[in-house]
Amino acid sequence: MGYAGRILHVDLSTGKTETEPLKEDLEKKYIGGIGLGMRLFLDHSKPGIDAFSPENPLVFITGPLSGTMGPTAGNGYAIISKSPESEGIGESKAHGFFGSELKRAGYDAVIIKGRAEKPVYMWIDDDSIQLMDAKSLWGKSPEQTEEAIRKELGDYYIRVASIGTSGEKLVRFACVINDRTRAAGRTGMGAVMGSKNLKAVAVRGTKDVKVAKPEEFKEFVKLLHERMKGPATRKYKTLGTPENVLVLNSLGVLPVNNFTRGTFDGAEKVSGEYLNERFVAKIIGCSSCAMRCEHIAVVPEGPYKGTATRMEYETLWALGPNCGVDRLDAITKAAELCNFYGLDTLSAGGAIGFAMDCYEHGILTKKDSDGLDLKFGNHEAVLEMLKKIGTREGIGNILAEGVKRASEKIGKGAEKFANHIKGVEMTGYDIRGLKTAALGYAVSFRGADHNRHGAYAPDVKGSVNRFKAEKGRGKLVREIEDLYTIIDSMIVCKFSRGVYPDAFGDLAKYYTLDTGITMTPQELQKAGERINNLGRLINIREGFTRKDDHLPPKVMNVPIPDEGVSKGAHVTQAELDLLLDDYYETRGWTKEGVPTIEKLNEIGLEDLDYIIKPKLEKPTKKK
Amino acid sequence: MAAVSKRKFVSADPEKCVGCAVCEYACSFEKEKLYNPLKSRIRVVRLHPLVNLSVTCRLCEEPPCVAACPRDALKQSEENGVIMIDEDKCNGCGWCIEACDYGAITLHPETKKVFLCDLCKDKEKPQCVAWCPEEALDFVTSDTLAQKARITAVKKLFQEAMKTASSK
Repeated sequence: MGYAGRILHVDLSTGKTETEPLKEDLEKKYIGGIGLGMRLFLDHSKPGIDAFSPENPLVFITGPLSGTMGPTAGNGYAIISKSPESEGIGESKAHGFFGSELKRAGYDAVIIKGRAEKPVYMWIDDDSIQLMDAKSLWGKSPEQTEEAIRKELGDYYIRVASIGTSGEKLVRFACVINDRTRAAGRTGMGAVMGSKNLKAVAVRGTKDVKVAKPEEFKEFVKLLHERMKGPATRKYKTLGTPENVLVLNSLGVLPVNNFTRGTFDGAEKVSGEYLNERFVAKIIGCSSCAMRCEHIAVVPEGPYKGTATRMEYETLWALGPNCGVDRLDAITKAAELCNFYGLDTLSAGGAIGFAMDCYEHGILTKKDSDGLDLKFGNHEAVLEMLKKIGTREGIGNILAEGVKRASEKIGKGAEKFANHIKGVEMTGYDIRGLKTAALGYAVSFRGADHNRHGAYAPDVKGSVNRFKAEKGRGKLVREIEDLYTIIDSMIVCKFSRGVYPDAFGDLAKYYTLDTGITMTPQELQKAGERINNLGRLINIREGFTRKDDHLPPKVMNVPIPDEGVSKGAHVTQAELDLLLDDYYETRGWTKEGVPTIEKLNEIGLEDLDYIIKPKLEKPTKKK
Repeated sequence: MAAVSKRKFVSADPEKCVGCAVCEYACSFEKEKLYNPLKSRIRVVRLHPLVNLSVTCRLCEEPPCVAACPRDALKQSEENGVIMIDEDKCNGCGWCIEACDYGAITLHPETKKVFLCDLCKDKEKPQCVAWCPEEALDFVTSDTLAQKARITAVKKLFQEAMKTASSK
């Protein structure tokens, strides 16, 4: 129950497909979503392979609740693979309608290997799997691809997850988009798809999804619906995540101009308030969800009139304040272009902000930028750059490698402006003045990210001194991380996290009613810890060390210059070391950030000790 | 027979419906204790992020589905206007599906008989209506719908005056 109980293997090189039953012991240990996905990735991959190698498995996976009426969890899916950005574990989730359809087709996971000779798309029609010619889809946007596939196969209810030109051209931060506006955005999963010549996965599932305790499950869902109507989800139903703009601006931690400043002169003009008053045409919802969070922005006037796209804070920030742009019409247009090319909006904005910073410092000139005036705030240049990156044209070809690799190519000190962690571009929190969050970002197994830990919350709410690095933050980060990995393994939407006040208690109950597998809150918390360690172990297998738990150069070297509360804030090496030591200790890891054998035994990962044994032996040899 | 104006059916408000499909899940669960939109008597159509609507049986006056059935398997209830299907007579030929302008009738994937909304007659109200988080679904008569439309139209015409009216 809950689970479909079946894994589909597809080899694109040979065209062979086969199914195998999902091993029952994996269910309770790894839940689903990123937990189970990372385990399957680990078990089906060799260490050290290139992310674009046919051997790199690409895992599409649902959660135990996908396909049920469980609000938010009913519609999710995750994609896991080796990330072409970090070269460690890559993972991203998306909601919408695709995840439920995949579950109804009867699969918990689809593991894709190999590389098709020519562009193909995968057509999963319940038990029938076909690789279809995608020649005519190559070059199309995800939205166009979706429509073309539905038309070709003649079924409106087919759900499609696809890539745009950026995925085809291996832009390292290409995303996968389903249901027009929903993106599995981060860590370059779209580029991995492109490397396999896989344009899209199209699914139609007609099977029943059943839960173990139907009546109790229904009552629990009813309770969640009630909570969703209340204050717990207020932010997402009203202003939406763009509410953050003015909140972060007032705290002096709204990153502006590629983390040059911490406040934005144009904040009011790009605020959630302004957006909702003038741009938001409707707030819609995903399949089976009782919240409404998806703010559809439509440009009411001016050169971009009629542009319509979903708008969230991170996208707004990356393509707006991070590039100095204070026009919501241009930001909406930029978001639409990202969807068109299939670019992760965060990394795309990060790459352009980086290029602008280099330009302002004379490291890039008009000669390098194909004549574009890359001054901060030039919104037309941002739009041009998106096109160049999405098609790998001119300077876009360099930026398509992500800021880490681009800065190495450009040289001349460009590294100083490359704001990334583990090769993944930064997100919209100025962690110079949010030091609990800074730790969370540094240790996140998928690179720079606020969604692996949510550790900005204690900083922003003021439950800790956000300017201070001190012992105890490790525990704070660890606890939220363990919850967040469970949220991402059940693929519950983080916007709904407020409706589970008893966190592990509520989620364990949700899981048990759905699957019939008894799960206590303690066991679920342990699973969260296990999955976090699993992410860490995969990265260690790929050669990551303590050095990879770093912070972007500007966060460490350039204090926030703006007058105000956050003036002077930055994170020193000593502070980072203190935070990391504290975190590793609370995790039960060595000083080098390696889980110990005892820890692995404790959390049921003893079969993975082969990964850490060589790392643990080294220091003793030196003695 | 109940007067046409008294006949209540499930109607979605296009202004409110966000295409979340909670109604589909509520329906398939109510009827079959499982989750499967294919077994739902109400279906969501999202043509664009801004174009969403749930559609189900509207209990037409002189329903074309009843007229289309060559085996007289469909009958309209005199009491509440619901279309009733005689499963012994229905052979799944699909004439009624074709006849319905709203796609409200479908073939059940397992029984291979057609099925459609019965207003959850054993419940206080249709379960899709009870569950709709947006309150976009109404269990209403066409009279009520007309009333609502009239009021909305007049409110639009007198926007300025309405502001004064509501501030008092």
